[in-house]
Amino acid sequence: MADHIILQVTRYRPEREPEPTSQEYEIPLREEWAVLDGLNHVKDELDGTLSYRWSCRMGICGSCGMTVNGEPRLTCATFLTDYSPGPIRIEPLRNFPVIRDLVVEIGDFMRKLPQVKPWLIRHEDAAPPEGEVLQTPADLDEFTQYSMCINCMLCYSACPIVGLEEGFLGPAAIALAQRYNLDSRDEGAPERMEVLSTAEGVWACTFVGECTTACPKGVDPAGAIQRYKLTAATESLRSFLLPWRSA
Amino acid sequence: MSADYTEFHPRWYRRRMSVFWWVSRRSYLIFVLRELSSVFVAWSVVFLLLLIRAVGQGGPEYQRFVDRSSEPWMLALNVVALAFVVFHAITWFNLAPQAMVVRVRGKRVARSRIALAHYAGWALLSALAAWLIVE
Repeated sequence: MADHIILQVTRYRPEREPEPTSQEYEIPLREEWAVLDGLNHVKDELDGTLSYRWSCRMGICGSCGMTVNGEPRLTCATFLTDYSPGPIRIEPLRNFPVIRDLVVEIGDFMRKLPQVKPWLIRHEDAAPPEGEVLQTPADLDEFTQYSMCINCMLCYSACPIVGLEEGFLGPAAIALAQRYNLDSRDEGAPERMEVLSTAEGVWACTFVGECTTACPKGVDPAGAIQRYKLTAATESLRSFLLPWRSA
Repeated sequence: MSADYTEFHPRWYRRRMSVFWWVSRRSYLIFVLRELSSVFVAWSVVFLLLLIRAVGQGGPEYQRFVDRSSEPWMLALNVVALAFVVFHAITWFNLAPQAMVVRVRGKRVARSRIALAHYAGWALLSALAAWLIVE
């Protein structure tokens, strides 16, 4: 195994260049180093001007997502040795505006997320339950998978529809809506349907499936969206056939 | 963003998606081919309806339809259409389990079984159609 590897890092310094360029750094190749450790080495030892986001180093905070050799990855969970002998191309996440170097602007997602009301909704006129609202393990299984999302934006980066259709809610927001729709304590499904079953909601998705491939937490947003399409279609058919029963 | 760079209003860089974004990745290419296959599925339906109409109109009409169908360009078109329809069916069946959650006695049925059920249904219907034609 070689003892060094080259990182080709995208740099973008808006105060002095109109578009991104690439810069190479040679770093030690260590078996236990993830790509993020390599970037930290660059920042600490070689070039303090490099900007990127990171926090937990353990796949929980969702801030170190970047494009590694063309694939959206959490850099803390992507090891240098898997790309030996290199070089490794590190770019910012796709489908987002770049603020500086590897830092992207995710305000668009932050504005879309609350539209799907990702919180427990209960009917306000109902009395609060005495004690806890109980759930069985089967009830929990229904939504646990979708609650694993860490908002790392890899699915948005992998999805071509996000890049092509500016208004599309996107995979993570829809999967998070399903996290609450499928929770037995939640009563907000009809409210969420007004946002989800629209041309900019689930119906914009053409099931490319790359969001699920990219997801580092096994959330399967593509599956969530297709399941919801089935729910929405069944619901609109029901309200057409049995108008008196729809809410 | 056309605004000049200032410390408080940074100039963001937005990368435009290329018109050929779908050739950059195998999975994107397969997706676009799957979408394109719908055109051939539609053609197959039209062809089938034309066949039914020709059969309904009887002898000479039907013969004309058969003659036209055996022209080389028509054969080539239908071979390509068949390939796309098979591709469409296979990709559809492989994706179906992701959209379907089936429970039997409270337990979620494995994805592979749902896919298998689709293929079994396909085989059964094909066998039935073949039997009807041969008989």
